[in-house]
Amino acid sequence: METSFGITGKGYVIIAADTTSARSIIKMKTDEDKIKTLSPHLLMAYSGEPGDTVQFAEFVERNIRLYQIRNLYALRPAAAAAWIRRALANSLRSRKPYGVNLLVGGYDTASTDPHLYWIDYFGAMTEVPFAAHGYGAYFALSLLDRYHDPEASLEEGLAVLRRCIDEVAKRLVIDPGKYKVKVVDKDGVREVEL
Amino acid sequence: MSIMDYNGGSVVAMVGKDCVAIASDLRLGNQALGVSSNFQKIFPITDRIYLGLPGLATDVTTLKERFRFRVNMYTIKEEREIEPETFAHLVSSTLYEHRFGPYFCEPVMAGISKTPSGGIKPFIAATDLIGCLNFAKDFVVAGTASEKLFGVAEGLWEPDLEPEDLFETISQTIMNAVDRDAYSGWGCIVHVITKDKITTRTLKGRMD
Repeated sequence: METSFGITGKGYVIIAADTTSARSIIKMKTDEDKIKTLSPHLLMAYSGEPGDTVQFAEFVERNIRLYQIRNLYALRPAAAAAWIRRALANSLRSRKPYGVNLLVGGYDTASTDPHLYWIDYFGAMTEVPFAAHGYGAYFALSLLDRYHDPEASLEEGLAVLRRCIDEVAKRLVIDPGKYKVKVVDKDGVREVEL
Repeated sequence: MSIMDYNGGSVVAMVGKDCVAIASDLRLGNQALGVSSNFQKIFPITDRIYLGLPGLATDVTTLKERFRFRVNMYTIKEEREIEPETFAHLVSSTLYEHRFGPYFCEPVMAGISKTPSGGIKPFIAATDLIGCLNFAKDFVVAGTASEKLFGVAEGLWEPDLEPEDLFETISQTIMNAVDRDAYSGWGCIVHVITKDKITTRTLKGRMD
């Protein structure tokens, strides 16, 4: 029942993910952070197979960091997303593939625009104005079709996100509970309270 | 449910008079859930060759990158651009290398080739997911709407169409075929390749 959202707006990307860690019918934890900060202007929300998620996210985190140390500059969002996709695509045809779905959101400091990438565990990737993973996607995507505005301010973007979260809480059999919300813009990454 | 239909998408290519056209839809889905309405499945290989890759989206991207690499290597080694016929065999052998664990894509290619006498010849071809080549004289189809594309193309296509008429024919073919397929659609893109010009147009389609 994991759910994550990504919304772009005027100069920013919002990434939100629920904070529930469940096993079978039991909630084990309700304050799990499922969004990693990969670089000063890059966020990644991860969900899927428990165990694979954290393992893969840390693998990505360290490789993106390694690139930064070696080259003295960070990968741009498109390049980072392409590298992550390739890691998943190669993993798919290995003995034990990672079952991890991702939303990669970043602010490109060179071209000064926000980018959001939807990536599934097969390694299918596409750039989108808004995206969602998990059961929440079935409710949120149609809402976002109606209310998303690429020119919206951060306040308006967060208001749309709130609508999505409320709708999922109302209609999904199990309420995903609390969400962690992070924003990336020209000033970098920060966490916001809804 | 086949893995070939997991993300949806369709491609068609047609021959005209000294021109070829290739068109695809723009949908990327997760089964019945639409995710993106701007997922490109057709990629330029050289100035004269376009390659369409309908099928499993992860393999669409992987194969695009693989073909870019192999065509670059060919261009460097041979010090010339690859010909469409040669490229078709490159596609075929790349796919057959993975005969017992294939990439789930059915490539469709369109290009203009040079004849030994200095003339030009329109070229289209398609392969299945393990690289069995199909050189057609009229049109080739692939993807989740392939049955519908066959039907509409069979009815609309005629020999020796001029570029403008070919554009109209391929556009009507793809639009009407994908509207009858739940896994394809969400807009289309059409490329018409002539001797000295490539025209690319995006078409608005039904968003349901």
